[in-house]
Amino acid sequence: MPDILLDFEKPIVKLEKKISEMKALAEEENLELAGTIRNLEKKLDKLVKDTYSGLSRWERVQLARHPARPFSLDYINHLFTDFTELHGDRLFGDDPALVGGPAFFNGRPVMVIGQQKGRNTKEKLFRNFGMMNPEGYRKAIRLMKMAAKFRRPIIVFVDTPGAYPGLGAEERGQGEAIARNIYEMARLPVPLVVVIIGEGASGGALGIGLGDRILMLENSWYSVITPEGCAAILWRDAAKANLAADALKLIPADLIKLGVIDEIISEPGGGAHRNFAGTADAVRTGLLTHLAELDTLDGESLISARLEKYAAMGYYHDR
Amino acid sequence: MVWFKRNTPGLAKQAKKNTPDGLWIKCESCKEIIYKKQLIENSYVCSHCEFHFRINSRKYIELLLDEGSFEERCEGMEAVDFLHFRDQKRYSERLKSARQKTGLKDAMRFGIGAVGGHPVVFSVMDFSFIGGSMGSVVGEKVARAVDLAREHRLPLIIVSASGGARMMESIISLMQMAKTSSRLARFSAEGGLYISILTNPTTAGVVASYAMLGDVHIAEPGALIGFAGPRVIKQTIGQDLPDGFQRAAFQLEHGFVDMIVNRKEMKSKLMTLLRFFTATGGTADA
Repeated sequence: MPDILLDFEKPIVKLEKKISEMKALAEEENLELAGTIRNLEKKLDKLVKDTYSGLSRWERVQLARHPARPFSLDYINHLFTDFTELHGDRLFGDDPALVGGPAFFNGRPVMVIGQQKGRNTKEKLFRNFGMMNPEGYRKAIRLMKMAAKFRRPIIVFVDTPGAYPGLGAEERGQGEAIARNIYEMARLPVPLVVVIIGEGASGGALGIGLGDRILMLENSWYSVITPEGCAAILWRDAAKANLAADALKLIPADLIKLGVIDEIISEPGGGAHRNFAGTADAVRTGLLTHLAELDTLDGESLISARLEKYAAMGYYHDR
Repeated sequence: MVWFKRNTPGLAKQAKKNTPDGLWIKCESCKEIIYKKQLIENSYVCSHCEFHFRINSRKYIELLLDEGSFEERCEGMEAVDFLHFRDQKRYSERLKSARQKTGLKDAMRFGIGAVGGHPVVFSVMDFSFIGGSMGSVVGEKVARAVDLAREHRLPLIIVSASGGARMMESIISLMQMAKTSSRLARFSAEGGLYISILTNPTTAGVVASYAMLGDVHIAEPGALIGFAGPRVIKQTIGQDLPDGFQRAAFQLEHGFVDMIVNRKEMKSKLMTLLRFFTATGGTADA
C-alpha cells in the first residue's frame, strides 16, 4: 500500500482500512460479519472503479507522477530475465537517468531501454528525477544501434518529466543529442515498441520515443510541454496547470483519437501503483501482440512504415 | 487626501522621443543611430557593432537567392485549430491576428531558387509569426522541402528562427520533430546535401530536430541557439548564466556549429560550399 495519497485516493484507503478492521474483529471476536464485509468489498470495488474511471486529465497527470508508481526497472525486472545493464555513451559519461541493455523477453533476446526515476531522496538525486542529460540520449542510441546490428527488437519504457535543462546539458548539446536520436531511430531496421509508463514530457520523451508502435498506460501522459510549463507561458500562472492539461489533451484517450498512439493499456484495480502485477501482465500482453505483428516485416518495410506513419501526422489546409 | 492638484500634465505623460519614422533607426545592441538606407545596404547589420537585426523571410530570399529565382511552393498552406485550443485567447484568433500582422500564412516558406547560379531548395522561417513556432504547417513544409530536394536531387538550405514547437497544436507539434527528422534521415542516406542556417533565436523543438541535422551548420553572429530556454536553466541551477551562454560563439566553441558567418558574407559562403559539394570529380573514377 502506498503511504503517499492523492486527495481522490483517500476515501478508497479509508474504506479499505475499515474492511481490514472488520475482518480482524470478526476473527478475534469470532463474529459472523461475512455478509457485511462482502457488502463493503462490493462497495469498495465500485468506488475504485468510479474514482479511477472518472479522473480529470490533471488527476491522471498526478497519478502518472505518483511516488509509488512502478518505474522502468520495476517492469524490466518483472517482465524480463537476465537483464544485463550496459553503461556509458563512449563519448563523455554514463547517465543513470537512462538504463538499458540486453535481456530476454518471453525467452526471446531483446534490447530494453528505459528512463528511470528514483524512489527515495538519494535515488531521486542519483537518477536526476528521470531527467536525462545528452549522455543518456547518446547511450540510448548506442544501445539501439547495437540492437540493430544483432537484429534484436527494441523495447523502450518512457517516463520523464523532461530532458534536463542544465548548464552542462546545453554545453554538451542536449538539442543535438535529441535530434540525432530521432533521426537515427527513424532508420533502425528492427522493431521498435515504446511503452509510456508515466510521464512523457516533450522532446525529452521523444528523444527515445520514436517507434513502430506506441503503447500508453491508462494513467500516463504525453505532451509537447508539461501542463505547468504551458500554464506558466500561456496563462502566466503555473497554478493553472489543470486548465493547461485539458487544453493540451495529453491523456491516452485523447492521443489515440489523434492517431499518435496505438494502444491504451488499462491499469486494473485503481492504477499501476495499487496493482503492479496486473498492470505488468497487461504490458506483457501488449508487447507480445505488437512484437508478433512487427515480426512479419523486414527491416526496409519497418523503416518505410515508420516514415509513413510520422508523415501522416499533422493538420493543415493545403489550398 | 490630496493637498495639491497638478494643473499641467506630468513628465511621464510626455511621449517617448522617437527617431523620425523611416529615416533613422536605433541599434538594439549598441544604441547608435543608424541611417536606415545604410542599414538596408548593409544587409540589416549594424555598421557600428555588427548586431544582426531580425529580418523576415522575404528579406532572406532577397539576400541569399539570385534575383527573381525563387519559386515558392505550397504558398497557401494554412494551420487549423483542430484541438479548439484555448488559453487566454483562442488559437484560431492567434492565427488570424498573426496572419494580419505579418501578411503570411504561417512561420515557414519554401520553394526552388538559385544561389549564385546553383539551383537549391530554399526554406526560411519567420520569427514574427507566433514566435516562429513549429506546428503542422512548419513540419509539413520542412518535410515537403526535403522531398522536393530529394526528387530533384538538389541541395537543401533551411534558415531557422524559432522558439520551438507550437503549444497550441500540442502533441501534434511534437510529432513534427519526428516527421521532419525522419525525412531528413532518408534524404541524407540517399546522399542529399543539407545546409542549416541558424539565426536568432533557434531553440527547443527546432534545435532538437531539423536545425541540428545539417551536413553543415552555419550560425549568424550572436544568435541564441539552445534546447532549454535561458530562464528555465537559470531557475533550475539557481544561478546566473555566464555571458554569451547559448550564443553562436558558445555553440562554435562547443562544437555544434561549423562556423559563424556574417549575414553580408552568407551568400558567398553558401556559393563556396555548394561549389564544393555539387562539383563532379570527387573521386578518381567518377
